[in-house]
Amino acid sequence: MLKVLPLIGQAAVYAAIATVIGYFSDAPAYIHFPTDKALIKLSLIHGGQRKGCRERTPEELGQLPPNMRSPVVCLRQRFPVVVEFKLDGHDLYHALLPPTGLFSDGPSQTYVKFAVPPGPHKLEMKLQDSGRTEGWDYGQEVDIDLKPLQNLTIDFKAQAGAFLIK
Amino acid sequence: MNRVKSFLRNAFTRLEAALDVVFGPAWNPLTHTGALGFFCYFIVAVSGIYVYLFFDTGTAAAFASVERMSTAGWYHAGIMRSLHRYASDGLVLFMIVHVLREFAMDRYRGPRWFTWFTGTPIIWLVFICGITGYWLVWDKLAQYVAIATTEWLDALPFFGQPIARNFLSPTSLNDRFFTLLMFLHIALPLILLLVLWIHLQRVSRPKIKPPRGLAVGMFAMFVGLSLVKPAMSQGPADLAVVPGVVGLDWFYLGLYPLLDSLPKGDVWALAIVLSVILAAMPWMPPMKRMPVAKVFLDQCNGCARCAADCPFNAITMELRTDGRPFAREAVVDPQLCVSCGICMGTCPSSTPFPRVGDLITGIELPHFTLLELRTKVEKNSRALPAPSRVIVFGCDHAADVAALRSKQIAAISLPCIGMLPPSLIDYCLSRDLFDGVFLAGCRENECYHRLGAIWMKQRIAGKRDPYLRARVPRERLDEFWGAATDNSRLVRAVAAFAARIEAMKNESALPAKAHEKVRHA
Repeated sequence: MLKVLPLIGQAAVYAAIATVIGYFSDAPAYIHFPTDKALIKLSLIHGGQRKGCRERTPEELGQLPPNMRSPVVCLRQRFPVVVEFKLDGHDLYHALLPPTGLFSDGPSQTYVKFAVPPGPHKLEMKLQDSGRTEGWDYGQEVDIDLKPLQNLTIDFKAQAGAFLIK
Repeated sequence: MNRVKSFLRNAFTRLEAALDVVFGPAWNPLTHTGALGFFCYFIVAVSGIYVYLFFDTGTAAAFASVERMSTAGWYHAGIMRSLHRYASDGLVLFMIVHVLREFAMDRYRGPRWFTWFTGTPIIWLVFICGITGYWLVWDKLAQYVAIATTEWLDALPFFGQPIARNFLSPTSLNDRFFTLLMFLHIALPLILLLVLWIHLQRVSRPKIKPPRGLAVGMFAMFVGLSLVKPAMSQGPADLAVVPGVVGLDWFYLGLYPLLDSLPKGDVWALAIVLSVILAAMPWMPPMKRMPVAKVFLDQCNGCARCAADCPFNAITMELRTDGRPFAREAVVDPQLCVSCGICMGTCPSSTPFPRVGDLITGIELPHFTLLELRTKVEKNSRALPAPSRVIVFGCDHAADVAALRSKQIAAISLPCIGMLPPSLIDYCLSRDLFDGVFLAGCRENECYHRLGAIWMKQRIAGKRDPYLRARVPRERLDEFWGAATDNSRLVRAVAAFAARIEAMKNESALPAKAHEKVRHA
């Protein structure tokens, strides 16, 4: 009997440790994102146009080796990229994204997320990368129908000259 | 901080006492938290190798292969997967308890700073290993963890492009990503093992294996848990759908909800500040250092017992420098010495019997020499008026012996019970300074200086040099191993011993008294 009691005690301690480990290994559940919302994720990496571009004069071109005779020369720096997103006419995101890099010569980038109500929406997307004071270089309008917990991602592809919605 | 430490120490010692009753001191899980952490690591390693045999790397293949393990192969790979999960969780649990306990018992400052300091990267590595493991399953939880982690990493200014972009949509992820993850999940635990090895460099005889009975019990517990609640996936990952509700493993991912409620940079700041504070704790405030052990070459014959018994590898045997005909001499590293005095207790020169010349031993503490100890013993003996006298040798870190002093009982507290040379027990009894000797050290497996209590027990039992001489009457010697919270038990044990000694004394005195009566008559 004297030996049985400690064994029962040990079993109880092991059961308690197992309960703690077993329970907290996947519970309580964590609500990471509201189940009655959809997610719009905007992530783009796009380099603004180079600053200070001008055409080389024939004299300048003549002084260059033949393989380096690019007719246009620019500064190293790039313009910031301006993006604007509207959902059903309301501002969702508007940002001036500075170029990255020590010399401001890298691409601009952003990664933002928005929880929005599911259902049909009109999405307007605009982007400007030329440093112009008025107007946009790219613009797009799409109708979307979001389901609860849907993850809609928006990227921008310069080669295609358009926003990419997945 | 001291109040928190005191509260925790009290809680731990009481819980340990309760577990001592259930498991016995040798198998008490709380006194083997470090070893249990290692044990979990090895279960994780072995089960991980087994699971790897059945794992496919690939966006779709990863989840499918893990599912196969838990369904078709539940009786082998499924159990191994569960063991892998639960032993990983056990590792975190035991690691947290280990850190809290070392803090509570104040075993992280002074020369122990190195072990504590190197523990901080271990915590980071354990979490990183676990988190990369969760990615591999590529279920909804993996999707949440991968995106949350990469978004958190993107808050650092190191990455040229946001790495979270890899998880934008189902098409943005490729199979090579899993190959990279697999490599990380194998390489990082190996780095962890290396850091664990560094962690133990300043510890002599580190306990990395729990006692067999405890190991069997723990393993059975993990297997039982794996059978009762097998680890399961949470549905395949789908980057087109947000995993709104996830069953978090709170051991590894307990801080992840912070990433949703605080700016990512703030979470980094919090993690870094907490890590720096944790790593700097040995100096907050620094421990008051006592003078370190000093070697007296005139008395050192290079026997190396002190080096063998030092719990912190503070003593090395170097080539002889004084020309005496011995090969080696003991050298103390002041950076590693914790001034426990165990070396004095183990030195064969530490005998109190010589009366001619200065009493100097081969190695001793400058602030508590063998001569001082002998003088204290003799002074205490003279001060006791009672006919049956008992001396209690205690430990500064165990149950308090000062309160035991009475007309019959003297008490001397040492930095560690292992500092007591067994010959001093012989000295007390054979020179009739005391009628009984009582030793009170730290609880079994709980010695503040790690090995002092163990060495002392082995010396008395004749299993470790220097032995307690056979001529010492064992009935006049008793021992008690308890923590500061065991004071009342110590009082009772010493009182019972003192009563026994008194009875013995009376018994042996009876014939003399009878003879005296006859003479008077």
